[in-house]
Amino acid sequence: MDLKPGSRLKSSVCDTELIVVKAPSGDVDITCGGSPMADPADAERNGEVAASAADGTALGKRYVNEDESLEVLCTKPGDGSLALGGTPLGLKEAKPLPASD
Amino acid sequence: MNLMMLLEMASSGFGDRTAVGSQGQGLTYEQLFQRSGAAATHFREAGIDRVSLVDVSSEALPIALFGSAWAGVPFVPLNYRLTAPELRHLAAEVAPSVTVCNDDALSAIGDLDGVRAVVRPDFLSQWAEGSAPDSDWNVDPDEIAILLYTSGTTGAPKAAVLRHKHLVSYIIGSVEFMGAAEDEATLVSVPPYHVAGMAAILSSVYAGRRIVQLPNFDAADWVNLVRAEGVTHAMVVPTMLARITEHLDDVGGGLPSLRALSYGGGKMPAPVIARALELLPETNFVNAYGLTETSSTVAVLGPDEHREAHRSDDPAVRARLGSAGRPLPAIEVDIRDEEGEPVPTGTSGEIWVRGEQVSGEYLGRNSRVTPDGWFPTNDGGSLDDDGYLFVEGRIDDIIVRGGENISPGEIEDVLLSHPSVADAAAVGVPNEQWGEAVAAVVVPAKGQTVDIAELQEFVKTQMRSSRTPDRIEVRDELPYNETGKLLRRILRDELASSGDRSG
Repeated sequence: MDLKPGSRLKSSVCDTELIVVKAPSGDVDITCGGSPMADPADAERNGEVAASAADGTALGKRYVNEDESLEVLCTKPGDGSLALGGTPLGLKEAKPLPASD
Repeated sequence: MNLMMLLEMASSGFGDRTAVGSQGQGLTYEQLFQRSGAAATHFREAGIDRVSLVDVSSEALPIALFGSAWAGVPFVPLNYRLTAPELRHLAAEVAPSVTVCNDDALSAIGDLDGVRAVVRPDFLSQWAEGSAPDSDWNVDPDEIAILLYTSGTTGAPKAAVLRHKHLVSYIIGSVEFMGAAEDEATLVSVPPYHVAGMAAILSSVYAGRRIVQLPNFDAADWVNLVRAEGVTHAMVVPTMLARITEHLDDVGGGLPSLRALSYGGGKMPAPVIARALELLPETNFVNAYGLTETSSTVAVLGPDEHREAHRSDDPAVRARLGSAGRPLPAIEVDIRDEEGEPVPTGTSGEIWVRGEQVSGEYLGRNSRVTPDGWFPTNDGGSLDDDGYLFVEGRIDDIIVRGGENISPGEIEDVLLSHPSVADAAAVGVPNEQWGEAVAAVVVPAKGQTVDIAELQEFVKTQMRSSRTPDRIEVRDELPYNETGKLLRRILRDELASSGDRSG
């Protein structure tokens, strides 16, 4: 599916929900728990978390692919873990900025 | 994207923590979520287009802010210090609205068509037992979240448009979710109608940092609250820090709980920050640069950078103490000339910024953002070799004397370095020979007398003679607006009408 910043995604096999921070153009094959994710309006619970993708997602954590062309934020945590085209996404390690407001 | 997403995450991640108020006594994130939802139901049923607030900071502020986001109508905090006629004019423009207000505002606008005015105690008691509706919020990222009327230091007030996408991008791009330890608290003393006041609520909610509110800034109250509430973080504008350091000088004692103090919203006089560093040796200082139109901060100078600059022997590194630091990771900064072409590193020009948090938009006016996303800030500045941003102030304030561009800040820095001067402002006044002449107004330091001729000589030893003020006036204070912005237009007008123009 095509993604842009602000797009929302829901897992079809667990409670995970995401918001897209950054996305490459074109078709993006993002999965959670081994199953394709969908817009929350269309998402239906269907199937189980695959054993190979069951590390889970954590609230408020950001996940990226290797070149960081895709970045998503977990807005609801779940049991499935995330992958792009079959390759697991990693946790984004960002140096915290000082509070400025 | 919707601001409610930030509060929902906070409420599900650490709902029992105190969000606003004294530790263990204020509203928790879960309560804030429930009350915002109850307020949203009311806003929807009221059939209004905006939710407005004409009041100082209180628990009502985050409830009204998140409630309006949930209801899908813009939140419009107005300046509660406006005169009754000014307030009526703005409130009529904002209507139809629910307006949370103080008693004075109620009598000023209560009879207006389309304004459902409700005083704060009534608004708060309405939601004391309220709970969130089942209905979801609108997730369209292009919806307007907040309208902020500018301080109007020039001309008629206009409303900056901040959409959900701008503010949510700013927060998730610059704040670590639940990044605050449970004992952290931030003291918010900027008013609700200032972008930093709005950003403080959003950043603190997302970080899980308790908000302590100071309704009307006063240095003694500020210091007392820091001590009483164990405040760990605060943001101040330069005039506030100046008063805080004076107060600490008078009463003595430090602020051991205060880990981080960020400052922004105007140029910080070097003597003020130097004194603050001496008085608060344990505190980390953060300088932030941002605009209303950029959803608050776009560049920060962090604590380590303050220290590194402070102790460096390299003049270029030392100079960074006067910089706004480096752009946030999600922000690009360009310096461009009058034609919009990039200038070489180290050269002054206009600061342009690009990023998801940049709105650059005013209600009912054409956006100033270029099709490829760049926004001209109308601030002058330059970047150094390592990407540190030096902000020189509004381009409109630059003095053009005989074709030479003079930044008022350079002159003010020199004036402020003189021991007899506590505050200084330089402006351009009409002059037949030069087009504009440099005029300055200085405020004497406590117990000091300013010798004008000697001060002029002092400036001459530090700067080119073309930059030496042709005229210096001594006054008891400079005109600032309530959020600490120097009102240069007023000074310019006064000096232009009182001055000798023969030059």
